[in-house]
Amino acid sequence: MLFSSKDKKVAALAESLEGVQGRSLWQDAWRRFLTHKAAVASLFVLGCLMLFSAFGQHLSPWDFEQIDWSALANIEEKGRPSIENGHYFGLDPVGRDLYQRTIQGSRISLMVGFMGAFVAVFIGTIYGAIAGYIGGRVDSIMMRTLEVLSAFPFMFLVIVLMAVFGRNVLLIFVAIGAVSWLSMARIVRGQTLSLKRKEYIEAAVAIGVKPFTIVIRHIVPNVLGVVIVYATLLVPEMILFESFISFLGLGVSEPHTSWGALISEGAGNMRTAPWTLIYPMAFLVVTLFCFNFLGDGLRDALDPKDR
Amino acid sequence: MLNFIIRRVAVAIPTVLILILISFVLMHSAPGGPFTNERNLPEAVMKNIEAKYDLDKPAWQQFFIYLGNVAQGDFGPSFRYRDYTVNELIATSFPRSAYIGLWSFFFVVVIGISVGIWAALRQNKWQDYTVMTAAMTGVVFPNFVLAPLLVLIFAVELRWLPGGGWEGGQIEYIIMPIIAMATSYIAQVARITRGSMIETMHSPFIRTARAKGLPWRKIILKHALKPALIPVVSYLGPAFVGIITGSVIVDQVFSTGGIGQHFVNGAINRDYSLILGVTILVGVLTIIFNAIVDILYTYLDPRVRY
Repeated sequence: MLFSSKDKKVAALAESLEGVQGRSLWQDAWRRFLTHKAAVASLFVLGCLMLFSAFGQHLSPWDFEQIDWSALANIEEKGRPSIENGHYFGLDPVGRDLYQRTIQGSRISLMVGFMGAFVAVFIGTIYGAIAGYIGGRVDSIMMRTLEVLSAFPFMFLVIVLMAVFGRNVLLIFVAIGAVSWLSMARIVRGQTLSLKRKEYIEAAVAIGVKPFTIVIRHIVPNVLGVVIVYATLLVPEMILFESFISFLGLGVSEPHTSWGALISEGAGNMRTAPWTLIYPMAFLVVTLFCFNFLGDGLRDALDPKDR
Repeated sequence: MLNFIIRRVAVAIPTVLILILISFVLMHSAPGGPFTNERNLPEAVMKNIEAKYDLDKPAWQQFFIYLGNVAQGDFGPSFRYRDYTVNELIATSFPRSAYIGLWSFFFVVVIGISVGIWAALRQNKWQDYTVMTAAMTGVVFPNFVLAPLLVLIFAVELRWLPGGGWEGGQIEYIIMPIIAMATSYIAQVARITRGSMIETMHSPFIRTARAKGLPWRKIILKHALKPALIPVVSYLGPAFVGIITGSVIVDQVFSTGGIGQHFVNGAINRDYSLILGVTILVGVLTIIFNAIVDILYTYLDPRVRY
């Protein structure tokens, strides 16, 4: 039969063809990201920094609480950074090893950065997606609320909060994150408004998916690209904010420390012991640099506007 | 337009009320009052003091008394600086912050925008890279790092400038505060201006302007500048308030006696009335300038209608 022989040929041809590997949007984005050299380098540096702050304490014989009594009387001379006595970054003004203090500070600063950004992203994404998806009166009420909130001098409120409820690391996460979700919500709402009219959302509505499930399953994953870019830029902002509060003496309290607290301490002693300012400052500045470059790279890779 | 302004005011009033309420509740739920951290006073004296500042009344009553006073423009006496009212403290400190702030803002606008445009017009050339690297550096050097560094270099090492103080706002006393205040804002403005300028220069109406042979200067000044400045203006609005009210850090490091110093001291000393006064002042300014930005929008972008 004519048909069956043709069918067989087609089947044979189909088998001889090599499978074409499809590329997902994320793989595309990853390839674009890899072409951005500064961003890749920043990612590498940040990775090293995180490993360092997680495991760096094992490289030094000192402990972050331990006071080096032998050098305490003369920190100006004996407290200088040196490899021989194990104080790689020198001593802080009360004789503790600055290397260990810096690691300890890095942990808190990075944690505040990530947690703060996470809280902000979480609240902002959900809020924005719901406002944008439901639309109508709910949307306008939610956006008015946002307008009212963004008129607040939040930096002042956080300072008041710190002064009032004491300096608790957890509270810092929450306070900083909770005041930074406003612009996130606005961005996500804008994206959601344009996604709402897409066919796959209509299809989901047609087969009877509940609105909340649509938001979580279909809207949120699709705004994720923009969210990631913005979150990357939020992290350094959070770190800066925390450091700023700690610099004023309202952030983390002893024996904990953060880059801001260390910088504040160093600024007070910069005339006699400049290294107490320079090391924490270098860590802070390098981290901020890297996050900014990383954000630029991710924006080039993920922002649909420039595709 | 009038409609729009009325609506803005309608939103602003509840905002200010909520702001006052939240700060009020926060300050009052704090453990310890403004007079508890000194040595213990005799009970009778304590009672008199509390009566004087209305602290013996229930909290909601205190709130309404306070609201009434604020409506009359009276922020009450400072709890900590005994002989001063909050109005007096703000009256001496706010002009200083505003003075430093206005100069900083001037430099932010002039330098930030012109550098941003310059970089955009030389996109991907060395000038662009230099400017953007400098701007990135400005962004990552926060003012609490910059301010001590400036003191270290210009006051301690070189001894060119005094390390702090006000002295009637003489120029050598305000140079460093202005630099510390303006640098990161300049960097941000330059980055934003460059980005939006590049975007604008790629848009079709610029191509049309070039096609019909307009001189380069005219294209930039008459066609590109206005749309390119929209995102800059929306950044500058809130930034203006931040700059005018004085960075807390700058006041602290240079002891200029600006409003930021009062704020931090107020928070640490639980000086209720001072903190509330400063918060309300900043809040009201923020609201006013947000509204001004929205009005400026209609001028810059005729597509925006209210």
